[in-house]
Amino acid sequence: MAVYNQVETREAPSNSKGMVHWLRTNLFSTPLNSAMTILGIAFLFWVIPPFIKWSIIDANFAGSTRADCTGDGACWVFVRAKMDMFMYGFYPEVERWRIHLTYALFFVVIATFRYLKQAMPKIIIATIYFIIAFVLIRGGFFGLETIDTNKWGGLMLTIVVASVGIVCSFPLGIILAFGRASKLPIIKSVSVTYIEFIRGVPLITILFMSSVILPLFFPEGVTFDKLLRALIGITLFQAAYIAEVIRGGLQSISSGQYEAADAVGLSYWQKMLLVILPQALKVAIPNLVGSFIALFQDTTLVLIIGLFDLLAMVQVTGSDSHWLGFETEGYVFVTLIFWVFCYSMSVYSKSLEKRFNTNLK
Amino acid sequence: MFALLRDRKVRGILFQLLTVIGLVAFLWYIGTNTVHNIEQRGIRTGFGFLTGTSGFAINDSPIAYNETYTYWRVFFVGLLNTIIISVIVIFLSSILGLIVGVLRLSNNWLVAKLSSAYIDIFRNIPILLQILFWYNVVLATLPSPRKSIEFFGSIFLNNRGIYVPKPDMNSTTIGVMVSVVFVFVFAFFLNKWANKKHEETGAEFPVLYTGLGLLVVVPIIAYFIFGANFNFSYPHLRGFNFTGGKTFYPEFLALTFALTIYTATFIAEAVRSGIEAVNKGQKEAAASIGLSGYQALKLVVLPQAIRIAIPPTINQYLNIVKNSSLATAIGYPELVTVFAGTTLNQVGQAIEIISMTMLVYLVISLAVSAILNWINFKMKIKER
Repeated sequence: MAVYNQVETREAPSNSKGMVHWLRTNLFSTPLNSAMTILGIAFLFWVIPPFIKWSIIDANFAGSTRADCTGDGACWVFVRAKMDMFMYGFYPEVERWRIHLTYALFFVVIATFRYLKQAMPKIIIATIYFIIAFVLIRGGFFGLETIDTNKWGGLMLTIVVASVGIVCSFPLGIILAFGRASKLPIIKSVSVTYIEFIRGVPLITILFMSSVILPLFFPEGVTFDKLLRALIGITLFQAAYIAEVIRGGLQSISSGQYEAADAVGLSYWQKMLLVILPQALKVAIPNLVGSFIALFQDTTLVLIIGLFDLLAMVQVTGSDSHWLGFETEGYVFVTLIFWVFCYSMSVYSKSLEKRFNTNLK
Repeated sequence: MFALLRDRKVRGILFQLLTVIGLVAFLWYIGTNTVHNIEQRGIRTGFGFLTGTSGFAINDSPIAYNETYTYWRVFFVGLLNTIIISVIVIFLSSILGLIVGVLRLSNNWLVAKLSSAYIDIFRNIPILLQILFWYNVVLATLPSPRKSIEFFGSIFLNNRGIYVPKPDMNSTTIGVMVSVVFVFVFAFFLNKWANKKHEETGAEFPVLYTGLGLLVVVPIIAYFIFGANFNFSYPHLRGFNFTGGKTFYPEFLALTFALTIYTATFIAEAVRSGIEAVNKGQKEAAASIGLSGYQALKLVVLPQAIRIAIPPTINQYLNIVKNSSLATAIGYPELVTVFAGTTLNQVGQAIEIISMTMLVYLVISLAVSAILNWINFKMKIKER
């Protein structure tokens, strides 16, 4: 009887595995690829070492005055010395606990959201949070000193503008999206006109409008804070974009859902709020996050109408006569903050997209 | 009465009626307030100001302009600058975006990673920040005019801009320019003819190579026909600054670089998603019927990828036009800077000026969406 011995599997040839193989297939597969690889490496050598040298090796970190910056590199002492300005603007130092408390409460609110299943309590808690945040930051109640909005600035102002913009534009955007999807001709045309008008003009013209023309619309004596005018402009602007994103979600809902809701006798608002909107929002979430990233970037435009957001702080701190010539450090620092915020949001939106994609398959 | 309210149609009409009444009341309220406020503050109304003398200078104007011209002229200078910067940025960002989008899908690991790093870095930094960075950090740290960086003895780079030789507008220059336009028009019709021939007989005609060849040959012939007389005005240092030649100011350069780099990331993403969306089976089918790699790309993959990539790309073009308004932060004299900025400050007629400015952008937007709809209609998959 024949005996069959198992033969050990031979190792793969050395040119189809390991480091060399990887380099060959991924970097040097063709002459063109090799050339591009070498160009890429040259580019990295051209950019990265000088940047590391400037920002870390030759940089000054310790100290508190201009004299502490001796090297050729970056003067991070400047950023440290001006950190309060970048974070809080001209907000008085003794009152800053109010901002910290507002930030801390935000995380508390997010934590409670994890335990709440229904939408209504969430909305109520969020509303209460915004009232508390307003009272805390602006003051004027419960013996808290009033801090005028012209003292608000830096990252804190950027966050205020972005979050008010997001929160206030959301309901308005939903209503506009419903209006655009409505079968009533007048409602539809009003919504379409508004959305297309806003999307057709640059944000800066809307900010000019809200800061110059808006006061003319109201009786004498009614004055608007500069910040409030910017917030109104940003909210009106963002609402149109939110509406379009939600419309995309609404279009993905099959007509069977509408018919089923009608068949069980739900009213229009019940149908839209309980059946259609939750499904549409789920589809629209990745794009909504994208639209929030755009809004967060757009908040920088408020500096053009004279508010001191994070970006404006670079110019404010850079014009300090004790610290002339360190704008570059300021720009790099602010860039880093904006980038971290926007990039983490975009990573989050990509992960959501993936999650929803698998649900569909 | 109440039974009527339960009728969906009646309720719809009622609801719309209420909306109209609300809107009209709101408009009437702000209208009367505005009229009252304008009278109170003694603000002039109407568009009469447009014929007034502006009294301010604009350093970068494509048409003849000085401070004795009217506000109308200011409006047009701004509008032209908006169009110029938009067209240039659209052109540059399309090229950069296309290259990066294709490289992002390269099988070269390093190149693909570098491309996606570029996209991830620059699309997550606010565009205004990028504009200010280019203007206040990169371009401001260039040497002074006396220590300019020199290329070929005729191009100068310093903190006041780039100075390049400018061809005189003589018959040779115009003749060569006309011939280039002529080649493009000719190539367009050649392409049409070649497609028709291909449909009818299957024969291929090398349109691309013919076109490129003509693009080289025809202008050279035109050069000799129209007198062979290229005359350049060269920039040269006089006192503390350069005269002659063509100047690209730092405001223009900062805006061009920042907008191009920012928008190209979005176009690159559009290109990538367009190419990725083409089904793998399409490429395999193309290979199995014997098309070459280039033919498969040109006849099968690209037509489908373009259909997906074009709408988001055109939206980005629109964003370029709108984002060009951020020039007002660095003072490039486009529409918002000179009209909604300087003119508004001098005249004070906010309603008229901002409406006119918005109207310009609105018209451009509506025109572009009309074009987009037309393209979408043209490119719709024809089902037979």
